[in-house]
Amino acid sequence: MSSAADIVERLRAGERVAVARLISWAENGDARFAEALGSVFEDVGRGRRTGITGPPGAGKSTLTNELTGLQRAAGRTVGILAVDPSSPFSGGALLGDRIRMEERTSDPGVFIRSMASRGSHGGLARAAIDACDVMDAFGYEELLVETVGVGQAEFDVMEAVDTVVVVLCPGAGDGIQAMKAGLLEVADVLVVNKADVAGAERLLTDLEDAVALRRRAEGAWEPPVVACSAGRGEGVEGVWEAVEHHRRWLAEDGRLRARRARLRIAQVRGAVAEGLAARLWGSGGLTERARSLLEEGGTPYDVAADLLSAVSARVVEPEEVSGS
Amino acid sequence: MTDRKIRVLVGKPGLDGHDRGAKTVATVLRDHGMEVIYTGLHQTPEMIAEVAAQEDVDVVGLSILSGAHMELFPRVRAELEQRGLGEVMLVGGGIIPPEDAAALEAQGYARLFGPGTPTEEIAEWIKARMGERLAAEGGGA
Amino acid sequence: MSPHTDSVTSVDARALWTEAMAAARLREASFTTLSGDELRAVYGPEDVDLDSERDLGWPGQFPFTRGVHPSMYRGRLWTMRQFAGFGTARQTNERFKFLLEHGQTGLSVAFDFPTLMGYDSDDAIAAGEVGQVGVAISSLADMETLMDGIPMGEVSTSMTINGPASILLAFYIAAAQNQGVDPAAIRGTVQNDILKEYQAQHAWLVAPEPALRMVTDMMAWCSEHAPQWNTISISGYHIREAGSTAAQELAFTLANGMEYVRRGVAAGLDVDAFAPRLSFFFDSHLDFFEEIAKFRAARRIWARKMREEFGARDPRSWMCRFHTQTAGVSLTAQQPENNIVRTAFEALAAVLGGTQSLHTNSMDETLALPTEKSVKIALRTQQIIAEETEAAHVADPLGGSYFVEAQTARLEAEAEAAFAEIERRGGVVPCIEAGWFQREIHRSAYAYQRAVEAGEKRVVGINCYTEEEDSQASIELHRIDSSVGEEQTSALGALRERRDDAAVRRELDAVREACRGSENLLERFVAAAHAYCTLGEIAAVLREEFGHFKEPQIL
Repeated sequence: MSSAADIVERLRAGERVAVARLISWAENGDARFAEALGSVFEDVGRGRRTGITGPPGAGKSTLTNELTGLQRAAGRTVGILAVDPSSPFSGGALLGDRIRMEERTSDPGVFIRSMASRGSHGGLARAAIDACDVMDAFGYEELLVETVGVGQAEFDVMEAVDTVVVVLCPGAGDGIQAMKAGLLEVADVLVVNKADVAGAERLLTDLEDAVALRRRAEGAWEPPVVACSAGRGEGVEGVWEAVEHHRRWLAEDGRLRARRARLRIAQVRGAVAEGLAARLWGSGGLTERARSLLEEGGTPYDVAADLLSAVSARVVEPEEVSGS
Repeated sequence: MTDRKIRVLVGKPGLDGHDRGAKTVATVLRDHGMEVIYTGLHQTPEMIAEVAAQEDVDVVGLSILSGAHMELFPRVRAELEQRGLGEVMLVGGGIIPPEDAAALEAQGYARLFGPGTPTEEIAEWIKARMGERLAAEGGGA
Repeated sequence: MSPHTDSVTSVDARALWTEAMAAARLREASFTTLSGDELRAVYGPEDVDLDSERDLGWPGQFPFTRGVHPSMYRGRLWTMRQFAGFGTARQTNERFKFLLEHGQTGLSVAFDFPTLMGYDSDDAIAAGEVGQVGVAISSLADMETLMDGIPMGEVSTSMTINGPASILLAFYIAAAQNQGVDPAAIRGTVQNDILKEYQAQHAWLVAPEPALRMVTDMMAWCSEHAPQWNTISISGYHIREAGSTAAQELAFTLANGMEYVRRGVAAGLDVDAFAPRLSFFFDSHLDFFEEIAKFRAARRIWARKMREEFGARDPRSWMCRFHTQTAGVSLTAQQPENNIVRTAFEALAAVLGGTQSLHTNSMDETLALPTEKSVKIALRTQQIIAEETEAAHVADPLGGSYFVEAQTARLEAEAEAAFAEIERRGGVVPCIEAGWFQREIHRSAYAYQRAVEAGEKRVVGINCYTEEEDSQASIELHRIDSSVGEEQTSALGALRERRDDAAVRRELDAVREACRGSENLLERFVAAAHAYCTLGEIAAVLREEFGHFKEPQIL
């Protein structure tokens, strides 16, 4: 059992094990995390955060690996968070993204952490932001967050980043499917991977058309569509150039500050929601009350209204919600 | 509220490519609610320990069918300790003669599961050990 | 019990039987094949749609369902070929001489993992693995020791190696030349089935496309210079051992075979110039009848594909000749002597299925490499089948069995469905890159494990008839001296001292040039072998030039 102070000291001493342990605390909702993050929070904010998402099989891990190689060649350190869905049946997860990034394991300038979605409501996005904060505080310069774009929980992870790269490839998910899945809405950069495969040209033009046709507010960012073959290491520089371009745009007119503020709100909302849920349902008192009201013949909505009015007076008290 | 999951690294050190057992065990542990980091084939002891460190795993499970178990288990154990991960449980299986398994266990390198061990037994063993550990940590809070 | 009358028509008989079955009390058991297919309680003529001319033929005739030779084992028994190799080349050479003295008729070389992966014994990554599960061969010098005193123009040798197969064959050719034997006189097989490495066994050297070029280069070189050498042993064995079903083993193996044929044709070779030198390698598992049907189906499918799809004209191109090994995964560490019995049934299935050669596993292989005694029992098992059971007297003795014919037809249909699926997914290499085969095999392996643990699949000594005091401790084990690594390392050091460095550099440069151009790589490897370039040195050039293969993520 280590205290928050111990871990923070080890983090400051450059021990990667401390990064790993702090991320576990964030994932587990461990009470020590808030204190630990609080004492390093002044070091958070320097890392640049990029999300990489897309349908299964689009080559996200391979692209993440190639982008990492590019950063390392330029002398920048990289922290990677690879998010995969948890099994809805067992709650367990098989996390295998590292296989595609194996060559980075022995590079001291790269840190890779696998995270399971754990199916929580908003908890994943909060944990992903926390994990980025930890890697950021440690000093990793480029933070890459990779997640499969399948469900809302995985989608929310994109709140953790400044720039969202959506990766598609011919066959695995065409442009129309991507639009249906809402991937286009979150994209700051659109990538057609496996550009050497049949159908890539078509996907590229489909995406360009879709972007051009979309209604957009004045001065809003128009996501560029970039082709690459990450598996062959081709076109990856172009992807990164697009990311940098988006960053330059973000840097203007306080856009980055607004984006980061949104991220912090998401983190606060996550922490509040989890904290509330734990308090409300944790001791079992409310469940008991709901059970007895239902037995007395109340409809579910009557019971919910009763519980809400019973707790609403209390939850707005500041001391009830401080800490997570 | 803590949501503590058992995290396990499953890997194949050395050059042998027989991953049937490793993949089956990884899947079974997932089905028991654990978060399993699968590192794939042809890993060195250094790589395994480094992944264990970055992933903050509770357990490292290795499958070795190459006959190199007497070399690899002690090396992985040493690499873990060098990274301050002495408390990580090391478990293993493969083509390992009973005397070798006994020797590795006696010297505290790893807990070995012989050929034919039901995968359920491995999962239950890990859960029991982790239960004890979390209880000692004060319920994991 | 069953009603007894003298005058039932066949329709009545069937109805009566169905009725009796419905009323019968059955054992609590699952009546499925190992692959999970539900079996009928009895098979009859209505279960078989058989045109004997079209589907069976006679032994030695298209479509070879009944065997590849007209006389089958009356002409010549199958080759009894025990896979062996451990420690240093010197130790394996001694085991080979022991086996030849005891009546074995062909050599079969098992290599250690560093060799299989293309690393020298003195490479840091090889630590602890040198000579452990096979023999360490790092250069021509080791190959010369391995074959010392064995007439290379007379024996037939099978080498189980894939990623660096061309390099090891180059060592073998060079060793034969140094014995004064022309490549035209060497006989044997190199496994060289790289596709199944990506799918199941995972000992690869480079990415699939350049690996396939090395395969076609070998086919081209051997068809000209070493016409008695079998250039690929297309192997289902490892696919099955990795957990596939019998139907998957059959389908994936034949799909790989067809891919090699396509590549050979695309490289400009006449199909009949290389197809007769392709052979197969299957597993023989415990599901006795399904295995026999699998061997029969393999011959029939291959004959049809080669004649009808690839337009082969030479009947030898149509023949699916194969080696069989009993199933390693069917052996148990518990009560290991029972493995002798399992192996005997599996061996008998291979013989009834018409195999051309056979390896029988030893009882102690789940714990370590086999001892001399257990290897001898395994060889004697084959000799008992050959000499005492009369099984070898008649070709395809189960041909015409309703059950076996129905199983043969079912497996053929399942294989055809798998070929269509592979095609739909873009072909064999795209399926490998996407991890499709790997995922399919993993699913089957996982399902099997669950069935054993749930007790649906019964295994003696594992989930029934278990014993408190396990007898595994009483088995004597064959241990490899850990000094093998040091011995190999110092021998390699000495070789590096005494060879001609300029020649080594020149030959490695020539290999690099050949990688970039279109010169035949095997030709270059033979020259490099004569200069005593090591396996690791040649493989390093290939990795640099061709890039490596990353395991797809399938879990």
